[in-house]
Amino acid sequence: MAGRSPSQNQVKLLLLLPFFLWLFAFLLLPAIMMLISSFHNEGGQGFTLGQYVKGLTHPLYTTAIKNSVMLSLVSALVGIVVAAFAAYSFTTFPPKSRDRMLSVSNMMTNFAGVPLAFGFIVLFGTNGMLTLLFKQLGLSFLVFDLYSWKGLAWVYIYFQIPVGILLIYPSLYALKQEWRESASLLGAGTVQYWLRIGVPVLLPGLVGTFSVLFANAMGAYATAYALVTSNFNLLPIQIGGLVSGDVFPRVELGSALAIILFLILALALFINEKMLRLARRGLNDGR
Amino acid sequence: MAANLERKPAAGRIWHGLVAAVVLVFLLLPLLVTFLFSISTVWQDTVLPEGYTLDSYVRLFTDQRFLDALGRSFLVAVLTVALSLIVMVPTIFIVSLYVPSLEKWLQTVVLMPFALPGVVSAVGLIKLYSNPPFAISGTIWILIGAYFIIILPYVYQSTRNSLRAVNAAELMEAAEVLGAGKAAAFLCVILPNILPGVIVASLLSFSIVFGEFVLANMLVGGSYEVVQVYLYHMMGVDGHLSSATIVTFFAFVLILYVLVLKIGNRKPRTALPSEGGKEETA
Repeated sequence: MAGRSPSQNQVKLLLLLPFFLWLFAFLLLPAIMMLISSFHNEGGQGFTLGQYVKGLTHPLYTTAIKNSVMLSLVSALVGIVVAAFAAYSFTTFPPKSRDRMLSVSNMMTNFAGVPLAFGFIVLFGTNGMLTLLFKQLGLSFLVFDLYSWKGLAWVYIYFQIPVGILLIYPSLYALKQEWRESASLLGAGTVQYWLRIGVPVLLPGLVGTFSVLFANAMGAYATAYALVTSNFNLLPIQIGGLVSGDVFPRVELGSALAIILFLILALALFINEKMLRLARRGLNDGR
Repeated sequence: MAANLERKPAAGRIWHGLVAAVVLVFLLLPLLVTFLFSISTVWQDTVLPEGYTLDSYVRLFTDQRFLDALGRSFLVAVLTVALSLIVMVPTIFIVSLYVPSLEKWLQTVVLMPFALPGVVSAVGLIKLYSNPPFAISGTIWILIGAYFIIILPYVYQSTRNSLRAVNAAELMEAAEVLGAGKAAAFLCVILPNILPGVIVASLLSFSIVFGEFVLANMLVGGSYEVVQVYLYHMMGVDGHLSSATIVTFFAFVLILYVLVLKIGNRKPRTALPSEGGKEETA
C-alpha cells in the first residue's frame, strides 16, 4: 500500500470510466427513459398515471398478467420438483458419471427460445413424432395440443428443469451422509428422514430456486413468441407487441407494462436473496 | 439376512438410475428429433423419417443468407466479448484490489441483468436509441451495447474468482517489490495468471450472445439479421434448413462447453503458498 500518489489514483479512476459510461448508456439511461415514458400520455407528453391504470384494469392486460403469473407458478413448481428429484438422483452416481450427467443437463439450458419451439413442434406438433406415435399405439389420451395452454405449460416446464438442476445441485451438498445414518440408527424411515431433516434443510435453497425459476418464466418471451406469435396472451408478448409490433407502437403503455413486469421480477428475486441469506445462516449455525 | 441388506441399496440404485435416465432423455429428446429432422428426406405423416440425407446441411452451407447471418453473429459475439474483456478485466482488478468500497456496489450492479429480461430492457433501449441524436437502433452497435450488459454477471464472476484464486494482491506486491510498475505487474504477472478464468468467461459469453434472440429480434430484426433471427424467419418456410441451423448452433455450443470444462478444470498456476491471506469475503 506504499507510495500511492494522487496521479496514480487519477489513472485508476480514469480506467474505471469506460465501465461507468457503458453502464450509464445501456442500463441506467434506458431504464430512466422507460420509467419517464411510462408516465407519459399516448402522445409521449405530460404526466399521467393513465398507462398504469390501463395496464392494471384493462381486461386484455390483466388477463396477460394473470396468465403469465399462473404459467410461471405452475412451470416453476413442476420444474422444481422434477429438478430436485433428478439432481438428487445424480448425486447417487459415481463422480465421473455424475459430472457427465450434470454437464449434459447444464448444456441443455442453452436449448431454449426459438430452437426449443422448433424441437417441440417436431415432437408434439399436429404431425409431430410423438403425436403420431401415440395415435398409432392407441394412446390418444396422451396427445395434447401444443398450441394450447397445456402445450405451452409443457414447453415452459421443459426449460425450467435444467435451470432448476443447475441451481439445486449445489445446495444438496448441505445434506450430510451422517445425518441420514444417525436418523436411520434412531429408527427413522426414508420418508421420515426427508420430512423431518432433508426437506427442512433444503427449504431455503428450494424456495430461492423456485423464485428464480418463477422469474425465469415470467420474463421468457422467445419460446412463446416463436411457437404461436401472438395467440397467447402473456405479459412479455403484450409488451413486445406494444413496442415493436406491426401495429401502431404504443411505447408508453409498453413501458408501464414493462415496469410492472420488472416489479414482479424484483419481488421474486428479493425473496430469493432473503432465502439465500437464511440458507447461509442456517449452514453456519449448523457448524 | 445378507441378501436382504444387499437388496435395499440395489432397489435404490434402480430407482435413481430410472429417474436420471427419464429426465435426461426428456431433456435430450427435442434436440435428438431436431437432428433426425435435419438428416431426413421427407418426414411428414410418419413416426420415423422416410429416408435419410445430408442434403439440408449442403443447402444450409451454400445458403448465402445463412452464411451472412453466421458471419454477423460471429462479428457481434467477438466484438462484444473483446470489448467486455478490455473494459471489465481492468475494472474488476482495480475495484477488488484498490477500491474495496465499490466492491459491494459492483456485485449488485452486475446482477441487474437477471432482473431485466430481454423484453423489458428492449423497451428502454428502443425508446432511447430509435430517434436522433442516438439513432443506432437497427445497427450492430446497439446489439454490442446491450449484450455487454447481459454478459456482465459471467465476466464478473469468472474474473473475480480467478483474481481470488491466484491471490492477486500478493502477486502484485511481489511484482512491485521486485521493481515492476503497476501497469507492468498487471500485464505481465496478473493477466497471464488469470487467463484460464478469462477464457472460460469469454466462451460462456460467446455462447450466450450466439443464442440470444429477443434483443436481436426487437432491436435490430431483419436489418442486421443474426443466426437466431434467421432461424426464426426460416422456421415457417423450411423445416430442413431450420433444423440444420439448430444442430449447427448446438454443435458449436457443445464445442464451447467442452473447452470450458477442459480449461475450467485445470488448476490455476500459482507459485505462492496460499497460507493465511484469505481475503475478505462478501
